[in-house]
Formats: sequence, C-alpha cells, structure tokens
Amino acid sequence: MTTDLTRATAAELADLLTAGSVSSREVTRALLDRTAAVDGAVHSYLHVDEEGALAAADAVDRRRAAGEGLHALAGVPIAVKDVMATQGLPTTCGSRILEGWVPPYDATLVARLREAGMPILGKTNMDEFAMGSSTEHSAYGPSRNPWDLDRIPGGSGGGSSSVVASFQAPLAIGTDTGGSIRQPAAVTGTVGTKPTYGGVSRYGLVALASSLDQAGPCTRTVLDAALLHEVIGGHDPMDSTSIDAPVPPVVEAARRADVSGMRIGIVKELTGEGFQPGVQARFDEAVQHLVDAGAEVVEVSCPSFSYALAAYYLILPSEASSNLAKFDAMRYGLRVSPDGVDAPSAEQVMAATRDAGFGDEVKRRIILGTYALSSGYYDAYYGSAQKVRRLIADDFTRAFGSADVLVTPTAPTTAFRLGDKLDDPMAMYLNDIATIPANLAGIPGLSLPSGLADEDGLPAGFQVLAPAMADDRLYSVGAALEARLTAAWGGPLLDRAPEMDEVTR
Amino acid sequence: MSTTTGERTLGFDEALAAYDPAMGLEVHVELGTATKMFCGCPTEFGAEPNTQVCPVCLGLPGALPVVNAVAVESAIRIGLALNCSIASWCRFARKNYFYPDMPKNFQTSQYDEPIAFDGYLDVELEDGSVHRVEIERAHMEEDTGKSLHVGGSTGRIHGATHSLVDYNRAGIPLIEIVTKPILGTREKAPEVAKAYVSALRDLLKALEVSDVKMEQGSMRCDVNLSLAPSGSGALGTRTETKNVNSLRSVERAVRYEVGRHAAVLSGGGSITQETRHWHEDTGITTSGRVKSDAEDYRYFPEPDLVPVAPSVETVEALRATLPEPPAERRKRLQAEWGYSDLEMRDVLNAGLVDLIGETVAAGASPAAARKWWSGEVARRANTEGEDVPSYAARLGVTPAQVVELEGLVTGGRLNDSMARQAWEGVLDGEGTPTEVADARGLELVQDTGALEAAVDSVIAANPDVAEKIRGGKVQAVGALIGQVMKEMRGQADAATARQIILERLGQG
Repeated sequence: MTTDLTRATAAELADLLTAGSVSSREVTRALLDRTAAVDGAVHSYLHVDEEGALAAADAVDRRRAAGEGLHALAGVPIAVKDVMATQGLPTTCGSRILEGWVPPYDATLVARLREAGMPILGKTNMDEFAMGSSTEHSAYGPSRNPWDLDRIPGGSGGGSSSVVASFQAPLAIGTDTGGSIRQPAAVTGTVGTKPTYGGVSRYGLVALASSLDQAGPCTRTVLDAALLHEVIGGHDPMDSTSIDAPVPPVVEAARRADVSGMRIGIVKELTGEGFQPGVQARFDEAVQHLVDAGAEVVEVSCPSFSYALAAYYLILPSEASSNLAKFDAMRYGLRVSPDGVDAPSAEQVMAATRDAGFGDEVKRRIILGTYALSSGYYDAYYGSAQKVRRLIADDFTRAFGSADVLVTPTAPTTAFRLGDKLDDPMAMYLNDIATIPANLAGIPGLSLPSGLADEDGLPAGFQVLAPAMADDRLYSVGAALEARLTAAWGGPLLDRAPEMDEVTR
Repeated sequence: MSTTTGERTLGFDEALAAYDPAMGLEVHVELGTATKMFCGCPTEFGAEPNTQVCPVCLGLPGALPVVNAVAVESAIRIGLALNCSIASWCRFARKNYFYPDMPKNFQTSQYDEPIAFDGYLDVELEDGSVHRVEIERAHMEEDTGKSLHVGGSTGRIHGATHSLVDYNRAGIPLIEIVTKPILGTREKAPEVAKAYVSALRDLLKALEVSDVKMEQGSMRCDVNLSLAPSGSGALGTRTETKNVNSLRSVERAVRYEVGRHAAVLSGGGSITQETRHWHEDTGITTSGRVKSDAEDYRYFPEPDLVPVAPSVETVEALRATLPEPPAERRKRLQAEWGYSDLEMRDVLNAGLVDLIGETVAAGASPAAARKWWSGEVARRANTEGEDVPSYAARLGVTPAQVVELEGLVTGGRLNDSMARQAWEGVLDGEGTPTEVADARGLELVQDTGALEAAVDSVIAANPDVAEKIRGGKVQAVGALIGQVMKEMRGQADAATARQIILERLGQG
C-alpha cells in the first residue's frame, strides 16, 4: 500500500480511514496541497472549495471519533464536474452565462455524496454545457492532459479525468451524453463508467440532452469506480426517468473480477479501420487477456451504428436547444444589455445575453437543434433520428443475444493536441464514434486503460458495454482485465505518466 | 391603441344575413390540486408573490419535473365526463417559446398525444333546444407565471417602464379543453358559446376538480371565430380573442367579433389571423400579436418525463367516481320537485339546487324549500354580495330550520305572513323559527269567538261593501278580510275569516 495519500486509491483510503491510520482532514489537506502545486498547469478545477472540503473532512473525522457508523467511503474526498448543482458552491457548466451562479439546492447525486460523508474538493472544468471532446470549449480555458500538457484531457469531462490522472483527487463525478466520461478516461489512462440511463439520478444535473445524459464515476481503478457507482446509484423520486430498482451488484462484481465462461462480443463496425494502429493493437491484446482469463470471444455486427453519429447530432442539439432556452438573464446568471439601446425590452436583453454568454459551439448546436425541430423539418430530422435510435437499440438487443458484453476501443485515437480539431467540428465529433451508440440505447459502458500506443506513448482506452441494468458485468470484465494488465505492466499504467513537476518545468 | 373605441362593426342581424359564423372555444381550467403539476409547491391563490416556488417551477438549471398523479386523475375524469376517449399511452411535449413569465422558456404541455380526445358536451339553450358541442381534445399542461407591467397607463406591456413577474402561478396544473369547430349555430352563436362555457363550468364544479372561478382566472376562455359567406360551408380566417373571463363576456365577445369580421369582409377587406384582447369594460376587442405560420413552437416529446399510461382498470375506476351529469341531474330534480321551467331556471341561476336538495332531504316540501331559500334570504345575500348557500352557512341558517318553519305553518300555528316574520327573525339571528315565534308572540288565534266579533264589527263598519257581497259580488270580500286581519293584528287565519264573512252575508 502506498504511503503517498494523493496516490492512494479510494479503496485504499477507505481502509486507512476506517483503521484510523489517517484522518479525512489529512487526506483532504494532502489533495488540496497537490492541487495548489499542479493545477496551475493542469487546470482541472474551475472552483476549489478548500474551506468546505476541510469542514466536511473534520465533520466526518468527529463522527468517526464518536464511534458513529459511517459509509465505506466516508472521508474520501471527491471532485465534482461543474455541471452538477451544488448548494452554496458556484456552478457554471463551463459557461459565461452562468458565471457567479450559486445554486440554492444540491443535485441528488451531490446530496448522496454529502450524506456518505465525502468532502467535495471543488468543481471540475468541462466543455461549455458538456459540448465537446477536449475541454477547449470551456469558457474558462482548457484543462490539460497530465501525460502531455499540450494535449487534450478529453471532453467534455476533461476536468474530471485530469483531476484523477494528476492525483488531485482519487474520485470525480463526470457526466456522459455521448462519451464525456469514457473518452476522457481513455485519453488520460483512467477509468470511467457511464451507468445505465436512469441508473443515477439526473436531478440537479444541468441538462445537455435529457434523454442521453447520465452521471457516473471517474477514477483510477475499476474497484473505485464500482464503489462510487454504488454511492450515487439508485432510484430518485425527483427524477421521473430514474429506474426504480436496486443498483446492480457492481462492487461485488469488481471484487470477484470473474470472466470465466463469459461471451465477449467484438463489434465488427467498431474495430480496425479508422482506429489508430496503436489503439487497435492494445485493444487486441486486451481481448487476448480476457480469453486467457477464461472468456470466449464472438464477433457481432451492429449495422445501424453507421448512422449513430448523424442521429446523435440531431437528437442532442434538438434537446439542447430547448434545455438551454432557460438561460435568458431573467432570473439568474449573466445579464447583458444590448449596446446603444436606451430602454431595452426583455427580449432584447435575452438576445444580448445569449449572444455574449454562449460560446460558438453552444450556439452552433442551438441553431442546429432549433432547425431540426422546426415545423416542416421535424419529421425528416428529429423524427428520422428517433427511428435510427430505435434501430441502434435493436442492434444491441440482437448483439446481446450472442454476447454477454460488447467490447470496443473507447476512442479511435489517443489524446490529440490542443487546437488540432478546434476548427473542424466533424473531426471532433468523430472522436465519440464508439461511445455514442451506448447513450442512444441507454445501456451502460465503462472505459479502462489498455496500455500506451506505440506511435506516441499515450494511453489508449478499452470500452466494455453491457445490457441495461447489467452494469455489474462492466465491472467483472473491467476488473479482470485491469488485474491482468497491471500485472503485465508491473504496476498501474499511471505510474508511467510523467511526474507533474517534470512536465510543468 | 385605444381600448375605448372599437373598429367599425356591422349590426348582428346584418352580419348574419351575409355570413355564417364558426366558433372554436378553448377553455383553460386550473385544477384544484393541493400541489403544482410537476413539483410539490402549494397552489393557493393570492399568496405573496414568489413565495410558492422551488427549483422545479422556477426552472432552475438541473431541476426536473415529476408528474402530479392527482392532476392526471382529474384530467382523466374530465375527459370521461366530456364523453372522450382516454389515451392508453400519451406523452407530454415541450412547447418552445421565449417569454419572461415562463421559467424554462418552454411550456410542458401535450401536443399530438392528448390524454383525452373525441368527446362532446350537450348544452341546453334558453328555448329548451339542445346543441351538441364536439370536443376535439382535453390535455394537461402547466400554467405560466404572471407578468405585471408597471408604469404604463393600461397595465399592458406597451408603455410600461418595467415588468414584475410572479412565479407562484408557474406550474399550476391546467387542463385545456378544445372544441371542434362549432358550426351551424347562426344567430344562436353567442348563446351557444355562453351556454357551452356555462355547462362546462357546471360539469367541472360537479367533478370537484376546480373551483372554476372565472373572475380569479381559474377558468379562462379563448374564443376563436371566423365568418364565411352564408351557405358556402367554408371556413374563413379566424381570430383568437384571449382571456374572455365571464359568461356574459363570452356572449358579448362572439357578438362583437361577428360584427367586426362582417364589417371588414363586407368592405372588401380580409381578416388578419391574430390574437385579440377582450376589454370587459368597453365590450370590444383590440388587436394583439399577429399569429402566422412563422410562429413555430417546435414541439417535441418531453424527454424529462415518462409517458402517462393509465390502465383500463384505472380509467374504469375513475369512471365510477363520476357524478351524475349536471344536465341530467337538473332534469331529474325538476321532475322530482315538480317545478316549472321558470322556477327551475331561477333556482339554478341562484345556485340553490344543492341547498334545496338538502332541505327536501331533511323533510321539507320542494315548494317550501324553494320559497324560503329564494325570497328574503336571497335578497339579503345579494345585498352582502354573497351567494345564498355561503350566506346561509355563514349565518348558521340550516335546511332543518326550513323544515321547522314549514311545520309551524302546516301545523296551523303560523299563517304565511307570520311565517315570514319568523323567518326574518331567524335571519336576524334571533334563534330557531319556534324560538322567534315564541319571542315575538306569533300565534294564529284559534278562538273563533274573537274572529267572529271582529268580522261583525267590520261588516257593521262597511255596510256598502257588505251589501255588494250580499248581492253576489263575492270578490269584494277581499277588502273586508284585510280589515279583519288588521283588527286581529295579523294573528288570524285569512281563509277562516273569509269563510265567516261569507257565511254572515249569506254567501257561505
């Protein structure tokens, strides 16, 4: 077990805290110090709540000293993506339009973290309203990849991926609409899960696309992801789309790490062509590891996946155009008066504020969505996209008839350089080609590191997909693979990342 | 825009000579649920602005709606009472447009999948004829907040210096009931419109789903109207007159718009498809915003809510809770009580049906029940600006007291005029009818000796009249009865007095 508290996993910290070897204040302090040292370079955080985190740590330490029964993760600190409403803590969604907004309420997920006694370290950076694959669309500047500060940490949850990859937090909350947990995990050598749609409450998650959004864990190990999944999962009466069923046995599955007899499906359409050779090579090796662990490999075909990106970029902007209408300067957030107008009307203030407060990518998607929902175009665009969505779900159902889980490379490439795809939205969108189908079908997915690509020495991601509410299978496969890869590497992949004091120099 | 002078209009009869009116009525009803449509905020009317709000109904980032199950039940009951089909599966939809009183800048409503559709309501007109109004749909939605425009002279946004918004109303459950085009009503169009809204109001009241107070806005009517050349069978361009919020105004607004459309059309002009404001004070409409195809609400299914899918069992269980339809109930009661059409209409207009029902159930005759609740009580309630049932309840005057009063009359203790005095005493708070009669010394004189003496003295004092009666002019007896009653200070039975007078004068 490592003695550097910032490098310890959440499971390890939980053990240390339970044993009384360390206090939550010591852990929290160590992580805040790490942030002070490295976040100037990485920029994972939009807001650090030192005072609140230490107060929460002290509270849980007192309760532990008083002999109270505590949650397993009590005292383990966590970072939260800035898209989750946090009472008393700024919540900007990476946008100017919400600059300075402090929610008067907690998201259900945040309330569960607080109930579990987990200090909230701060709010992590993201592409504005979670639109992007790089955090370059954050109004507050991009986050950087701890493996190479000139490269993207993935997006939209690049703040949450980089915060765990740079050892500023053992755990973070992400949200995944088309891959925003899994792709950042892949490019930073970390673990991320998008639970089954409805598995984690969306109450307090500032919606990008309501039918696709799902919050989940960002961690450095598969077990940590399962532990966090268990804290935040489960039915919430405040979210109508929340599933009223127990959380699948994710922690048990992660601990057993058993894939013997499991049928692993390789999706024909999401392998080979279009994937970076080094990414593909690590994927193929990972599959072999699973075979060695007793799994059986089958090939499945999902022909409708070729329409997934097109359908996604109609459904997402349509819902987003409506979800983002509420940002109008009338009740909260930014308010801008139009230039040269003496007594502007509410409508003029709305327009001026939205013009000044939203970035280009947000405007692009609002315009796309407004168009797709317009009368006369609705059937051709939004209507057709919903049909494709149905076909993709059908593809999955068929595939899961012959395989227990499906596996793909998480993203086609390793981390690209900041600025490389900023002017080419289509290239940026293509980064999510392997992650988007799960969101369209509402099924769960997990990404874990498969190694470093030979070409660039950067992390590649391995994605596991399971049927809805079979999230536990993700963890069986993820933990089994992680164990074998860690053994093969002689330690966690992140041990091979450059020391931050090296990269910052 | 002036709100006191209208546009040119044609006379109603002149308009109908050339055109056929078509109407469509949209009625919004605020449900009387304890909480809002999608959150747990209370719905009471008249609270301090912005005190009945939460992250959900304020549309704060991240907040999500949850459907109020009671509101869905009310919607289904309304649909069933309007003879509608109930959707076995339907969704909410977002109606997208920007307005400051709408927190999310979309209204959560229903679009092409209403909870109830294809029904009808039969409405009875003054002449006893029945017009069937077909119902297109009844759907669920949430109300918006309320804007208050300050600084202008009209209270409208035009000319205002600033606006205040109260979000207490935002998220109150609404049911919108939309008719199919109402055709063929001709000169009865205004009356049909009024009768429909009135019948709908009675129905919703009987269902106990809303307090249907038009003056408080818990029931609001939009009147769509168009004219087409007589006999053409076509539909003309319509206008939508918003917020016509009394029964009388519904009738007036239809009449006004018929005249206005006719003036425009007969002058060779064309009607602009637009919303119009109704001015209760001056009885005219003025142009609001122009509605055109450019207005596109970009409806799509609300992804934050799951579909509403009531089972057949649920729907049938709700059907079993429906009250007797008001129109049928009226007919049944009129027959049971033996009232004339006029009497029944008066009773209905005064809102006395339930009170009379209770009084009859308590043992009074229908005639007595109607008589005692319609006269002096109605006059006094009216003076107080109250309806009779609430006035009586406030005074503590009960059906049982009417039964008691009637008993005093039929038992022979009081005559009619004494009973009136006793009832006035009851209304003055002097006690029960018996207590009042006791206190005021009201008692028919049963001793015929005193009465006979009074008759004799009156005959002696009026020899001319007595002679006439002896000669056969029996109708002159009234004058003598009056004097006898006066002599007896009212405490005699007029019928007995009449009998004795006629006997004395040889006409018995």
